[in-house]
Amino acid sequence: MSAAFDRKPLVWAGVTLVAFALAVLPIALAAAFGQTWVRVVNLALLYVMLALGLNIVVGFAGLLDLGYIAFYAVGAYLYALLASPHFGVHLPFWVTLPLGFLVAAFFGVLLGAPTLKLRGDYLAIVTLGFGEIIRIFLNNLDAPVNITNGPQGINLVDPLKLGGFSFATRETILGVDFSGPQKYYYALLALTLAIIVLNVRLQDSRIGRAWEAIREDEIAARAMGINTRNIKLLAFAMGASFGGLAGGLFASIQGFISPESFNVLESIMVVSMVVLGGMGNIAGVILGAVLLTGLPEVIRFTVVPAQQALFGEVIVDPEAIRMLLFGLALILVMLMRPAGLWPATVRKREFAR
Amino acid sequence: MNAPLLSAKGIAKSFGGVQALSDVSIAIQPGDIYGLIGPNGAGKTTFFNLLTSLYRPDAGSFEFEGRALDTNAPHEAAGRGIARTFQNIRLFANMSALENVMVGRHVRTRAGVLGAVLRDRRTLAEERAIHERAFELLEFVGLAARRDEPSRNLPYGDQRRLEIARALATEPKLLALDEPAAGMNATETGDLKKLLEIIRAKGVTLLLIEHDVKLVMGLCDRVAVLDYGCKIAEGPPAEVQRNPAVIEAYLGGALA
Repeated sequence: MSAAFDRKPLVWAGVTLVAFALAVLPIALAAAFGQTWVRVVNLALLYVMLALGLNIVVGFAGLLDLGYIAFYAVGAYLYALLASPHFGVHLPFWVTLPLGFLVAAFFGVLLGAPTLKLRGDYLAIVTLGFGEIIRIFLNNLDAPVNITNGPQGINLVDPLKLGGFSFATRETILGVDFSGPQKYYYALLALTLAIIVLNVRLQDSRIGRAWEAIREDEIAARAMGINTRNIKLLAFAMGASFGGLAGGLFASIQGFISPESFNVLESIMVVSMVVLGGMGNIAGVILGAVLLTGLPEVIRFTVVPAQQALFGEVIVDPEAIRMLLFGLALILVMLMRPAGLWPATVRKREFAR
Repeated sequence: MNAPLLSAKGIAKSFGGVQALSDVSIAIQPGDIYGLIGPNGAGKTTFFNLLTSLYRPDAGSFEFEGRALDTNAPHEAAGRGIARTFQNIRLFANMSALENVMVGRHVRTRAGVLGAVLRDRRTLAEERAIHERAFELLEFVGLAARRDEPSRNLPYGDQRRLEIARALATEPKLLALDEPAAGMNATETGDLKKLLEIIRAKGVTLLLIEHDVKLVMGLCDRVAVLDYGCKIAEGPPAEVQRNPAVIEAYLGGALA
């Protein structure tokens, strides 16, 4: 007991420190490295949301989903169609974002229902196909009736707006100059924190235990009276809904979306974040998402100047070796830390043979 | 006789060309310890799998407490009050002993997504109750000290007892045990026998598949013998033991 009392002020000091760091991050980044890095951080937050959503399906319930980006696409297109000149509809974000959340959840169930009896490789193949179906639909739904505007995508998507306050424009608040990306950062941060809390609470609950039981042994779970059908569909729906929310935010930040943004590689990226960070462990998954979004940018911004300083010219284009380095990093992690960089306790047990 | 707790009527099941069970009918009285015995491959485990709706019978039906069991919904058996253990232990291997038993409480608790997310007072109270009940059951089977141990690290006998605790967590009226004494030494089997008697004294009816003849004869009130998917004898253990058909099934025709 006494140890817990001694640690409490330390914990609060830590929380305050992290909160302060998160609050000033965009201002510090912009001052030190420029606005580009604020955009990178925003992108990282979007990926954190995606990875946390996928973690419910893959990490908690143990259902390998390789088409997860489809839900991101559903959320993004829903937002874009309901808030852009494409249809001339301009619904506010507090309608479009929750709607994206719900519609993506519905699509999650749509994918989950026919795949209930599949596991492992077979499930992976079907979900992979589902991801492609959605992308190809978006690509071709410009004829006979133009719904998605096909490969050209949808332009001039409305930014997040609350009354007269727009998240996209530069503005001075209380004497501090805030750019669009900086303002978005706070919105994204708030939603990411909400999703983290949701995830933590879901994992440590009756539902979370049921997911874990299904992952460990589906037959035993059923014998314990767990309705595996509903609990699996719930995992698909919850995971998809976070993807849908992130998609809507993505559309509003970019202002432009096209089917290209939702290809297989993106799905693989999100799966990699979950696996590399540590399946089933929320902190690990966040770490994975931040690392895999941040590192390529760091490489991009350091490799070129480094080569110029060393050789006086650029010998290797960083874009060309980016995927190579990425693959190497994945292989190294899988060899040295097969349960991920920051694994969940159960996963650590699983790999400790 | 009272109304039986469970009655199976004309249960049949085949896998391809193999007739695993044909026309098996049994009735289990509440409060009994009922033994299901027979040589390997006689169809005992298949009977369990049909009872807990892992498979669907080709013919026949189960009635539990006078109402038909819906064999179409595998999770329903536990809800109705039928819990089971598995011959080849199926614990949630990487979850702790306590978590395993907590999963068993799933079917008797209600909290959904909203409760999990909001953590309202009712959900917190329920979660606390799940925790307490699971710990009590661990104490009951003598595993309280190993509560945080991942179940796959437990010794074999402890895993068997943990499976029983997990099944008890569902508050069963009928507890179906598939070879609970398999691989146990004499002391462990003796402890198991005591444990099962205490469980029965608490009002749980037991259905037992077992090879340990001494255990079956000493524990069961009634025994049914399966051979090649057919019920060849039923009755009190002492009577069944003398039945020529049973002796033939176990020892072969030459000796009979």
